[in-house]
Amino acid sequence: MEFGIVELSRLQFAATAMYHFLFVPLTLGLSVLVAIMETIYVMTDRPIWRQMTKFWGLLFGINFALGVATGITMEFQFGMNWSYFSHYVGDIFGAPLAIEGLMAFFLEATFVGLFFFGWDKLSKVAHLTVAWLVAIGSNFSALWILIANGWMQNPVGAAFNPMTMRMEVTDFYAVLFNDVAQAKFVHTVSAGYVTASVFVLGVSAWYLLRDRHVELARRSITVAAAFGLASAFSVVVLGDESGYSATHSQKMKLAAIEGMWESQPAPAAFTAFGFPDQEARETHYAIHIPFVMGLIGTRSLTIPIPGIAELESQAETRIRSGVIAYDALMHIREARENSDPLETARFEEHSADLGFAFLLRKYIDDPRQATQEQIVQAANDTIPTVWPLFWAFRIMVALGFGFIATMLYFFYRASFKGMNFPRPALHLAVWMIPTPWIAAELGWFVAEFGRQPWTVDGVLPTAMSVSALSMTEVALTLAGFVVFYSVLFVIEMGLMLKFIRKGPFEDVAETDAWMIRHNERLTGRHIADAMPAETRP
Amino acid sequence: MILHTLIDYDILRLIWWGLLGVLLIGFALTDGFDLGVGALLPFVAKTDTERRIAINTVGPVWEGNQVWFILGGGAIFAAWPPLYAVSFSGFYLAMFVVLAALIVRPVAFKFRSKRDDVRWRTSWDWALFASGAIPALLFGVAVGNVIQGVPFHFTDDLHTIYEGAWYAKFIGLLDPFSLLAGIVSLSMLVMHGGAWLTLKAEGKVRDRARQLGSMAALVAVATYALAGVWMAVGIEGFRIVGDYITTGPSNPLHFEVEKTASWLSAYSDRPWIAVAPIMGIAGALLTFAGLRAGREVSTLLYSKMAILGVISSVGLTMFPFIMPSSSDPQSSLTVWNSSSSHLTLFIMLVVTVIFMPIILAYTAWVYKVLWGKVTEADVTDDNSHSVY
Repeated sequence: MEFGIVELSRLQFAATAMYHFLFVPLTLGLSVLVAIMETIYVMTDRPIWRQMTKFWGLLFGINFALGVATGITMEFQFGMNWSYFSHYVGDIFGAPLAIEGLMAFFLEATFVGLFFFGWDKLSKVAHLTVAWLVAIGSNFSALWILIANGWMQNPVGAAFNPMTMRMEVTDFYAVLFNDVAQAKFVHTVSAGYVTASVFVLGVSAWYLLRDRHVELARRSITVAAAFGLASAFSVVVLGDESGYSATHSQKMKLAAIEGMWESQPAPAAFTAFGFPDQEARETHYAIHIPFVMGLIGTRSLTIPIPGIAELESQAETRIRSGVIAYDALMHIREARENSDPLETARFEEHSADLGFAFLLRKYIDDPRQATQEQIVQAANDTIPTVWPLFWAFRIMVALGFGFIATMLYFFYRASFKGMNFPRPALHLAVWMIPTPWIAAELGWFVAEFGRQPWTVDGVLPTAMSVSALSMTEVALTLAGFVVFYSVLFVIEMGLMLKFIRKGPFEDVAETDAWMIRHNERLTGRHIADAMPAETRP
Repeated sequence: MILHTLIDYDILRLIWWGLLGVLLIGFALTDGFDLGVGALLPFVAKTDTERRIAINTVGPVWEGNQVWFILGGGAIFAAWPPLYAVSFSGFYLAMFVVLAALIVRPVAFKFRSKRDDVRWRTSWDWALFASGAIPALLFGVAVGNVIQGVPFHFTDDLHTIYEGAWYAKFIGLLDPFSLLAGIVSLSMLVMHGGAWLTLKAEGKVRDRARQLGSMAALVAVATYALAGVWMAVGIEGFRIVGDYITTGPSNPLHFEVEKTASWLSAYSDRPWIAVAPIMGIAGALLTFAGLRAGREVSTLLYSKMAILGVISSVGLTMFPFIMPSSSDPQSSLTVWNSSSSHLTLFIMLVVTVIFMPIILAYTAWVYKVLWGKVTEADVTDDNSHSVY
């Protein structure tokens, strides 16, 4: 593969998007966890819960700042680096981004300031409302972004307009309730909840291992384990929903994830392990689990799932059909308002395949002049590189089951074993802190790399979507982002670690005094002497 | 769906042209004082406590304010996709500089006071200065370029092509007229930041803000007037030639456009638009007087009036052009040929009509909760670590 402006722009998008998503999942989940903690505080009036709210809220704030900052890049780089994409699908894709701003981002950004600055200015209930508005805003944000992204995966409710040379909305309802978008939303948001739960669990476990802030840590583990358990189940179940919706919208992505080179008789087997070989078109040392793939993909025992070879030959047919659409389009455009109804009819018939004709642009300017070899080559291009998808998917799923097991265990210990956690389990929880991020990044990798060679599946090839920029410009900004983001990352991690090491520092005297009285009430004896030195009043 | 045909396509385009202005002005009115405070920071506040006072006057609100900018980007994408595609890729490196500034700013706000180290804090203070002053300047530079036309053209497929090498594209933005426009915008936002600090701060910070803000107001008036004269004698305008339909498909290539002697002929065609520049100059002069006299609420309102006048004067003068092309006038973007589809404009209008009042209501509530001056005690109180 030659390395040109398209590859460089993709690299930049991947780098900035994946960096942005280091902060997003924690924002999504921690906003809700903090709001839950504050709810408990307002209901019980126990100062320890206010301290927890403030402590986890502070970490949320550090993370939130970078999430917002790096999100600006995302909103703008479609226009900067992908201007033809912006022109071609802006009529549909732009709307959810703008609505995200109106409905969600304003909400979270306006109230997040009040969350930190409003403790003394607001009543308890008003402050709690603010906390929930921040959480709702963050989560709504994800909804609109995933409606936009879901449309790139499954472009429903839109049609090509020959007069404007772009896709335009025909059915906004279909764009909103795109089942791919909805499945992605719940899956992504759950992933965020798991991330925050694992984070809270891990940091609390670290405190318990050092015998610090025991009361705060135990309570935090209890909340995180309960919330994390529900989220871990939902992230796996709803991920399965994503797989199901991919069966009818993105067959090639599904086949590539599966390393399913040839169609299999229904119900297809699931390849649990193997080494996909793109050139030989087979998966070496494959371990198959019968029936499972058919069940996941089609929820039936009789519907077949097409393999890569079959999809490739379908792509070839669609390219030929797309060339007819392209030819009709050229005639319509030339004639403008006076176009021949026959041409229009010919275009309408083949317009769904227009994007496939654009795949030929990589080889020839006018798709109508393409040779047989070029068409075969373009059809071959519709197959993404299989092995990274195959492995990324399997690691993500394994981690998903790992989260369920971990959360189940901690939930059990918290609920039935008097919040008594063995040290090896606490060590494990600390080491698990990075894993939800790995799973989330792999998930996005599967979603976006698996969509290649398209930016909008079946509609617009990635190679056509880029801006007419020079390599120098994109290289400069990429270098700028890398340097800049690396520095910010170091600073962010430094601050996070500093405040985690420092532990809760607000309302300490009041909370500790209450904690001692509370424990006396529970045990009926004076236990201040039994407490760790640092929490002693 | 036929509901959207209730409002004609050209009316929707006109409304969205107005809303684009509302968003840009909303951004300048709210985030404008944040940028202005950033640009003033090293000069109005010398000690750490003074700096924290200045920073905390915008601390709780800058995040919400910055959304105006992001929403502006999103709304341009949704309602004016060709404008989004052409301007963001055309001003590529300048956009990157603005992005870099807007990324540093949130981080600087959040992180500055999280360590007691002097060097740490001073570095972030300069970051706040740069991330306030540079975007404030560049927004004006961008407007200056748009007024003169930007060198781009469309291919038949509507790919955007920019004329010139990459360095020429970047350095070329900084021509004398555009730099003048940059100074207008910088001084205007510094004036706005000064008016804000006068309202929200006390003592030395407030005194210095009054002084610097009033100087900035005078600079704004002078440079804005100079830019007007320059436009009258030295900057070409654009106009659409012949008949055109305002409800046609959004294809810029369907229009015939030519250059004219000056944009200012708009003032003889539509004399009422003179209201905008008059508001701009009068607002800035009243802000100057208010800052001198030490009035607070009214001064901020006058400053807002100045911004409203200056920004809307640009849009009204250029109407119906949004982004003319200097090298290929035919490719120019106008209100009538570069919007989204009829249906998208309608849906976005419905969403805006529902949510904009809600946003304004809760933003007003937040400002009300935070009403009052930021005092020394506010930032030095040990138990309020959430303060920046």
